[in-house]
Amino acid sequence: MTFLSRIYSLVRKEFQSLFSTKSGRMLLVMPVILQTALFPFAATLEVKNASLAVFNEDRGRASVEMMQRFAASGAFNRIIPVWSPQEVRESIGTRDALLAVHIPADFSRKIANGETSTVQVILDGRRSNSSQIAFSYLQSVLDVYLKDRAGDAGRVVPSEIISRNWFVPNLEYTYFILPSLVAIITTIGSLIVTALSVSREREQGTFEQLLVSPLSPEMIMIGKAVPAVAVGFFQATLILLAAVWIYHVSFRGSLALLYGGMFFYSLALVGVGLFISSVSKTQQQAFLGAFVFMVPAILLSGYTAPVENMPLWLQRVTWINPVRHFVEIVKGVFLKDASFGRVCSLVWPLIVIGFGTLTLAALMFRRKAA
Amino acid sequence: MNWISWRRLRALCWKETLQIFRDPSSILIAFFMPLLMLFIFGYGINLDFSRLRVGLRIEDGGGEAADFAAALTGSRWLEVRSYDSRAALERALVDCEIRGFVVIPEDFSRKVKQVGVTAPVQLVADGSEPNIAQFVRSTVNGVWQTWQAHRAEDRGEKMSREIALEPRFWFNSSAESRNFIIPGSITVIMTVIGALLTSLVVAREWERGTMEALLASPVTRTELLLCKILPYYGLGMVSLLLCVGVAHWVLRVPFRGTMPALWVVGTFFLLSVLGIGLAISTGMRNQFNAAQAALNAAFLPAVMLSGFIYEISSMPVFLRGVTHIIPARYFVTSMQTIFQAGTDWSLLWPDILMLACTSFVFIGLTAKLTKRRME
Repeated sequence: MTFLSRIYSLVRKEFQSLFSTKSGRMLLVMPVILQTALFPFAATLEVKNASLAVFNEDRGRASVEMMQRFAASGAFNRIIPVWSPQEVRESIGTRDALLAVHIPADFSRKIANGETSTVQVILDGRRSNSSQIAFSYLQSVLDVYLKDRAGDAGRVVPSEIISRNWFVPNLEYTYFILPSLVAIITTIGSLIVTALSVSREREQGTFEQLLVSPLSPEMIMIGKAVPAVAVGFFQATLILLAAVWIYHVSFRGSLALLYGGMFFYSLALVGVGLFISSVSKTQQQAFLGAFVFMVPAILLSGYTAPVENMPLWLQRVTWINPVRHFVEIVKGVFLKDASFGRVCSLVWPLIVIGFGTLTLAALMFRRKAA
Repeated sequence: MNWISWRRLRALCWKETLQIFRDPSSILIAFFMPLLMLFIFGYGINLDFSRLRVGLRIEDGGGEAADFAAALTGSRWLEVRSYDSRAALERALVDCEIRGFVVIPEDFSRKVKQVGVTAPVQLVADGSEPNIAQFVRSTVNGVWQTWQAHRAEDRGEKMSREIALEPRFWFNSSAESRNFIIPGSITVIMTVIGALLTSLVVAREWERGTMEALLASPVTRTELLLCKILPYYGLGMVSLLLCVGVAHWVLRVPFRGTMPALWVVGTFFLLSVLGIGLAISTGMRNQFNAAQAALNAAFLPAVMLSGFIYEISSMPVFLRGVTHIIPARYFVTSMQTIFQAGTDWSLLWPDILMLACTSFVFIGLTAKLTKRRME
């Protein structure tokens, strides 16, 4: 009983120090609101409002029709007519246009002769991902146009691909970003809280007082862990609500599975935070330490770029990155209604990581306490 | 009164430099972090899908179906896995084993041969990963088009396509995303050194009370500003050269520009971020708050709003407006130009002009804040 009541009083003290100042309370809520409001609009690989430069040397009907299709598709909000190769160069060079289309003078004649007319599309290689996506928009508009032409001429293509997207049929980027954001913002919040809590006490000299109290190092760790887990749950719930109520992302899976996964994730994270905390002397060192862990962990989580594009050895290394597993849990449960078995297969690495980091942190604590 | 005494300035700069080298966390941020970040951006952040995992289910026993399946399997962009039921395909898609699947339905071979009938092929992509889904669709479509063209050719038919698009990349002919991400990522590294580190260092001086001691000495405002700017400018430039060197010689990103261009662009950008960092720490005087503010005001915008991963033109109008006051935006485009296109002053000068403006604004702001603090 004393065990529980001692931990309870320590946890209460931690919460008090978190909420006591206005700036402390602000730091728990403001970044969440700011990031939830900005990220879904900024962090998108979707190509919108792109411009297409068109250098048309052909006078025929087909080229005009094709251009009209491109203009009407909605993928490009601006069509820039250019009249010379020099202007094509300029429009790409100054980033005025993402793509440039060059229609040769014999375009319509070749189609009339039954040959394949080739249209050169120039892509800005400095923005290779965007320009490739924009190119695939062009390609699909052209496919529809060709099919219509074939239909008008009474020809039937021998086969066609009927493509659909599952889970998020219209490839809405906010559906992809918000679940990942649950994972990322939770990470920043609970990691900074744990990493700074011990080093702040050490800088202010109150850590020694804690050590001479009847609390054991393990109890101190639990007392530091509980508020961090609570902060993580609180921030995650905020974003979850914003995702469902404000951004209208439909939540498909089970809340119990999501929060269960979140619990084990928080433990793994708290372990990392406490470890950083136990090896740093000042708040500055703890902050920079948390930064040095956080940035690579988030960048390599599969949120910015898919894990499968990394070299194989790096894919294996990311197994020890807790953010990676949690991003997959949130996305899986949120968008795909992932099964219990699937979530378990993602949780067990988290248990291993949590066990490892918490043990390390406990060892460091005991050494400091001794 | 003299504005600058060179002897005092030298002494102050020397003190600042010593502090940099004595603090392990500043060395961590200035030399270890750049290497770590370059390494991550070089190997970890790759937007090129070299092997897309795609599931395949053939429900048709005919030769045409097998032929198309072989075309899919033979594509060097796809890693095709066969499944024996639709349920297995669906489970694999939920579990992220595959990013999409192709189903060749019954009767495919018969319908393909039949004149006047279109044989459908079903393609399902994982919409929860929109970027990957786009690439799955365009890659499978590409394979299918090539297959159709070959098939028509083999049978002596006229080419089925009337119009073909021929993509050509300019500036980065192999279309490797790392060639533009790495130059862009140097921006993030420079921001961390320029803003995050300086925001901590000056605030620490206030926290520890050494700033009062400095202010009580005959140091002028210009000297005070310069002694904070010059050592970190030097540190930043060394870091920039380190980054460009590692990017070029270790990560093999082509560097087509020249040193003077790099120096001009780097100087103005560093002055801008140093201005931000110093303004924050002069205004905050508290390490923890300054670090948080620098994280939100300098680091996150450099990642999210500078356009090095996320295209600025795709953002809504109000965010696009915000990006105009972010120096990182101009540094990203000029670094990409210097690396990929070479020293083309006609492309560079608008960015340099904007960077000069932002550095003037932020350093001016710091000077103003410093003045108020000193009175």
